[in-house]
Amino acid sequence: METTVTQLQMIPLSYYIIFCTALFTIGVVGVLVKRNALAIFMSVELMLNSANLLLAAFSAYRNDPSGQVFVFFIMVVAAAEIAIGLALLVVVYRSSRTIDINILNRLKW
Amino acid sequence: MYAIITISIVAIIVLFFGAFGKKKMILPVIFVGLPLAFIVNLMGWNQSIHYFNEMYIDDNFTIAFNGLLLFIALLIFVFAPVYYKSVKRPLEDIYALILFSLVGGLMMTAFGNLVMLFLGIETLSLSLYLLAGSKKSDPRSNEAAMKYFLTGSFASGFLLFGIALLYGACGSFNLEDIKLYVIQNQANIPAMFSIGLLLMAVGLAFKVGAAPFHFWIPDVYEGSPTLITTYMATVGKVAAFAAFFRLINSSFGDVDFLWKTSLIVFAVATILIGNFAALYQDSVKRMMAYSGVAHAGYMLIAIIALKGNAAGVLLLYSVSYSIATITAFAVLMMVRKETGSFSIKSFNGLAKHNPTVAFAMTIAMLSLAGIPPLIGFSAKYQLFVSAIEQGQLPLVIIAIVGSMVSVYYYLRPVVAMYFTRSIESTPFEAAKLYKKQILFVALLLIILSFIPGLIINLI
Repeated sequence: METTVTQLQMIPLSYYIIFCTALFTIGVVGVLVKRNALAIFMSVELMLNSANLLLAAFSAYRNDPSGQVFVFFIMVVAAAEIAIGLALLVVVYRSSRTIDINILNRLKW
Repeated sequence: MYAIITISIVAIIVLFFGAFGKKKMILPVIFVGLPLAFIVNLMGWNQSIHYFNEMYIDDNFTIAFNGLLLFIALLIFVFAPVYYKSVKRPLEDIYALILFSLVGGLMMTAFGNLVMLFLGIETLSLSLYLLAGSKKSDPRSNEAAMKYFLTGSFASGFLLFGIALLYGACGSFNLEDIKLYVIQNQANIPAMFSIGLLLMAVGLAFKVGAAPFHFWIPDVYEGSPTLITTYMATVGKVAAFAAFFRLINSSFGDVDFLWKTSLIVFAVATILIGNFAALYQDSVKRMMAYSGVAHAGYMLIAIIALKGNAAGVLLLYSVSYSIATITAFAVLMMVRKETGSFSIKSFNGLAKHNPTVAFAMTIAMLSLAGIPPLIGFSAKYQLFVSAIEQGQLPLVIIAIVGSMVSVYYYLRPVVAMYFTRSIESTPFEAAKLYKKQILFVALLLIILSFIPGLIINLI
């Protein structure tokens, strides 16, 4: 564990922040641009995981375990969320035979 | 704390009764369990106990808001057997999901740690995604669930990234530690801290439905089953506002220059968009959704005017908004059952056949619009007074303009009920089922109108 933390700390913290921000931005852009529901799910996962990585990095740098514990909670929540999302996707697919979100246009204005 | 345990146990018992086919036992268990949780919740009054390393704080703010949430849930369960009368299956899954999401709501008002805030929001939202799609055969319900899920998880991502950045700046998730950090570093707040705070505010604005992040509200509210819409519009919104208030109040009160401007922009946009968009709605359900957006804007004012008795004002506003919304949606359930549509035309001539229901709807609409003797007026009045005391006069002027606009669309169903003749002249069959419950909620609204002072000085 100690060696892992030292190895993590060899890379400057700002690199982690820039990398995670880039991942998060890719996720946000993916959600806004993609029309395929599965691709949107993946982008949302990317957003959550960029936050996970950021928490783990901060936690290693501060020698404070609470950030890493939170990562486990986030993983559990993300798993539950994707289970629900896929269930909803199956229901939508059954009624419309497509997972393109442009068909979600019955409710408007 | 014990209220959460009680509700969780009740929800599991409900699931078991459903699995073993004891259909008749499900509702009695809920009607015993919810009042029990309400009483258990009140027992910690004035004690301010902290559980699990400050993760859960049981102070008077928590108890007042949790009491309100439990009471609203009870009122909604009063309508559940009538609303699901024609459904033959046991429905234990829907009732259990409502109770589990209530647990999330109870956690959100009481968090002392950002981990708890995130878990509470997710518990509430994950159950609500499923509930929004609980009418599986209806494509509109599916669509509402899908839209709610996509926007909701997007917002969770923002909230989470904000929490991660805040943790990087302060080194703790605990609200007290963050407050300490803020006091020590007030002069040079790092950019990471302010960006994290802004991202968290965006995530929470999504959850409360404040503009410009309100676009999911009308679609989701319109597509979901009406009972679930009522639940979302009351419990979901009140819990999210309590969480927002606790977050800002307990940690960021000293750095108001970081969040005040953006919240004022949110509030102004929410009030204007909510009220003006509601003018153009033909469906009353969609109009109520936009009215919910507008009320989110007024409730944001309570957070902006943080000092003084803002918690009491927020509680009073939540009470007035929730009870009036439940009344309005209950009448809407009845009208929909009878005419099969949410359109404003289906209200035509309602007063002639069902004077009590029409009266209840009128009371609810007038209270939401803020007409004097009712509780909606005292809530809005107290809110504006506390905002003016904090020097937010321009904001209050915009809110009053929005409020005046809102009178027009709130009175449209009233005019339709009293002054427009309906084509058919048979009295509503569904009215027999709903009449007593609707009358009960409307009377509650009138009784509460006499005691706004009591509610506002509670916390």
